Amino acid sequence: MTCTLHAPSRRELLLASGALFAWAYLPKAARAEGRDPRLLVIVLRGALDGLAAVAPVGDPDWAALRGDKALTLAGKAPALPLDSLFALNPAMPNLHRLYKSGAATIVHAVATPYRERSHFDGQDVLESGFGKPGATDSGWLNRALAALQPGGRAGARDAFAVGPIAPLVVRGPAPVLSWTPRRLPPASDDTVMRLIDLYQHTDPALARVLEERMGLATIARAMDGSSARVPGAGQVRAYFAESAGAAARFLARPDGPRVGALAFDGWDTHAAEGATDGRLAMLLGALDGAVAAIESEMKEAWSETAVAVITEFGRTARFNGTEGTDHGTATVALLAGGALRGGRVIADWPGLKPARLHEGRDLKPTTDLRAVLKGLLKDHLRVDDGALAAKVFPGSGAVKPMAGLLQQA
Amino acid sequence: MVRDPNAEAALALHRFGLGPRAGSVAAIAADPRGALIAELDRPGAGRLADADLLSSGAAGRAAFAFRQAQQVARRAERAALQSNAQNATATNAMQSGEGETAAGSPPQMKPAEQAGAPPRRNPGPGLPQQIYLDEAKARFGAALGAETGFVERLVWFWSNHFCVSADKGIVRPICGAYEREAIRAHVLGRFGDMLLAAESHPAMLIYLDNARSIGPDSIAGLRQRRGLNENLAREILELHTLGVRTVYSQDDVTRFANVITGWTFVPFRRDSIRGGEFEFNARMHEPGSQTVIGNSYGQAGVEQGRAVLAALARHPATARHVASKLARHFVADDPPPALVERLSQRFLATHGDLKEVSRTLLTSPEAWEMPRAKLKRPGEWIIGALRALGVTHAEIGPVMQAHNLLGEPLWRPSAPKGFADDSAPWLDGLAQRLDIANQFARRMGADADPRAVFEETLGPLASNETRQAIARAESRPQALALLFMAPEFQRR
Repeated sequence: MTCTLHAPSRRELLLASGALFAWAYLPKAARAEGRDPRLLVIVLRGALDGLAAVAPVGDPDWAALRGDKALTLAGKAPALPLDSLFALNPAMPNLHRLYKSGAATIVHAVATPYRERSHFDGQDVLESGFGKPGATDSGWLNRALAALQPGGRAGARDAFAVGPIAPLVVRGPAPVLSWTPRRLPPASDDTVMRLIDLYQHTDPALARVLEERMGLATIARAMDGSSARVPGAGQVRAYFAESAGAAARFLARPDGPRVGALAFDGWDTHAAEGATDGRLAMLLGALDGAVAAIESEMKEAWSETAVAVITEFGRTARFNGTEGTDHGTATVALLAGGALRGGRVIADWPGLKPARLHEGRDLKPTTDLRAVLKGLLKDHLRVDDGALAAKVFPGSGAVKPMAGLLQQA
Repeated sequence: MVRDPNAEAALALHRFGLGPRAGSVAAIAADPRGALIAELDRPGAGRLADADLLSSGAAGRAAFAFRQAQQVARRAERAALQSNAQNATATNAMQSGEGETAAGSPPQMKPAEQAGAPPRRNPGPGLPQQIYLDEAKARFGAALGAETGFVERLVWFWSNHFCVSADKGIVRPICGAYEREAIRAHVLGRFGDMLLAAESHPAMLIYLDNARSIGPDSIAGLRQRRGLNENLAREILELHTLGVRTVYSQDDVTRFANVITGWTFVPFRRDSIRGGEFEFNARMHEPGSQTVIGNSYGQAGVEQGRAVLAALARHPATARHVASKLARHFVADDPPPALVERLSQRFLATHGDLKEVSRTLLTSPEAWEMPRAKLKRPGEWIIGALRALGVTHAEIGPVMQAHNLLGEPLWRPSAPKGFADDSAPWLDGLAQRLDIANQFARRMGADADPRAVFEETLGPLASNETRQAIARAESRPQALALLFMAPEFQRR
């Protein structure tokens, strides 16, 4: 699979919902400071278990909550310490290295304003930047770009998207350049398991055929085996790294776009979550590889880069009956990039005692994700406060941009 | 029996049509049967808007001219290579004579480069393939644009009944025209007319080898060694009319093969205006009277074959064969005998009026009462998914590829029997369907809201489990993939 800046086909452009034409603009304010900032947004679809990605190992109620599946500093796969309270999932050594060098920040107990539990609607709110689902068909990243002052360089006001369908977050009035890996990943094991489950309840004949064809035995084994044996792990890793690396190569080009977005599926871990040795560990490892690919493909531009990894909501604080977690509320946002003033976990930690949980089941949100994103857009791209409150995240006037995320504020 | 009108409408579209598009269930809910029947009565039903498509004769001649030009070009290239090779040998000899060492000689260039010939261009698909793809595009366009798709489904059924293969001889550029000229033209007409049009079409005469079949005692037969080919005669009796192991014997096959000797097409080389059109060649025709299934046919020339075909079209075994195939295709692998009987009687009573037979299918209660147990054929399922997504103009590449992957390559059945019409052989492709569903959802589902697509296409027929699986999917593409894979979407 190669990555060259091909002229997107008509279909790709239609799918990306924007015509490709060179706009002679650039983020003028940032440019005037001698900067050339890049922002890449990675949407994790399916709702990442923030507690399994960044565990509050110092919280006295943590171990009791997740039992022997709780990520801890001891054990077979010890978590990577971040500060006195938090530790990172061991599947993410690259992010840990970046954190240690001050190029990664973690925001915990964060959530969008969405408080229901539907993936589609949650993703809608996450990506549209509106308070309610179905409010618009443009995304906050695209509208932020459109709000930038015009400058003098071609390509800078194009947004960039990876995948046959541009994620909503990047769709909108600003033109979208999209790039699609030549091969899409096959249907995920998660999709196969859901389908087999559906067939088992409705159409045993189809269930039998699909089980045979997909080799249920290997899938089942992988569910409680090591991540290395999760079928398709290699393909998932390759797809994440290829997509993220391609996005970075485009953003790194002197004449390339300056913001981009991609989406990774598979985070809806209702059963056999496998945070340390199963499916989630595999996915987090693939995400860690994607971050590493971005760093290496950005080259010198890495120092001017911010990557924001966000998801529609979190998952239940406790495990369900199938060693998985159900739809929850607060989660983490992972920020990485040379432009960040990192090495910090930013959290107004709500605690994990039953009374402190949202509706008695979820990590309580204490930080509005829009504050984080507004902080990035304001200090990195120099989108002004007025546009942020009115156009980019409409109705978010009360949510102040989080200050101090970037080295240069 | 009182039914939910929306469920009835959705059943109509999945079982008899090409699947619901946004709004189709609501549009026909008042009278689902009536909507299907109305499609039969529409003027020009079954025909394609084919102004830009070539007739089979024109397509065949264009393909012939293309092959001729290719041959000329290849010959010229070979000649150039040979003369260059000779020149090169002479040069080397001279150089050797001057005592130069091999190491000192310039790197050997490829002859073509040496001659300064332009590098070989990628020619793209050749003309025959291009015509084939144009025809495919028109066919998919008709399927995506159809109101209910019932008449298209009838076209697909009869085209598969009288199948030819693009992989045989020069059939590729004319198989689309064959479908338009022999099948679509008669899909709501008389079976006997469709039978005659199909068996006398150059595509069929080539596919089943009759174009070269020569009567042993014909003028041509007495002069050369080549002789009778029974292939077409056998398949007409076995597959197209009476049905296998019915009322005919091997002798009937041979005598019928004699009857249709001389049914061929005008050679392209001989006639640049009529080349590729049907021709009855009297010099190849076996002279004399022939007895087929107990009846003697004394007609001369092409009339003899026409008479046998007309008799076959009227035969009760043909009525039964066609009726059971139709019922099996639309309703159930083991169709209700009462339904088969009714279709068969209607076929006989109307002298094979296919519009009437199709109408009887729709008005038979059994056709609606059987459970939705049959797996849709790949093409039907692919088009159904695209219609659900609101695609009106599909890119031809991915759609053809999907057909290939699922084992139903367009106009390329592996045998004259056509693609199987019972469910079992298609079950194996279920895992491949998941791949296609996943690709379609990711590549074409940009603006689709899975919950809306679900309500529009499956809602009234779906189980709670399916409804929940789609609502709980982790992303829109996953929801769409699950929707296309749901049993209610797979089965007709």
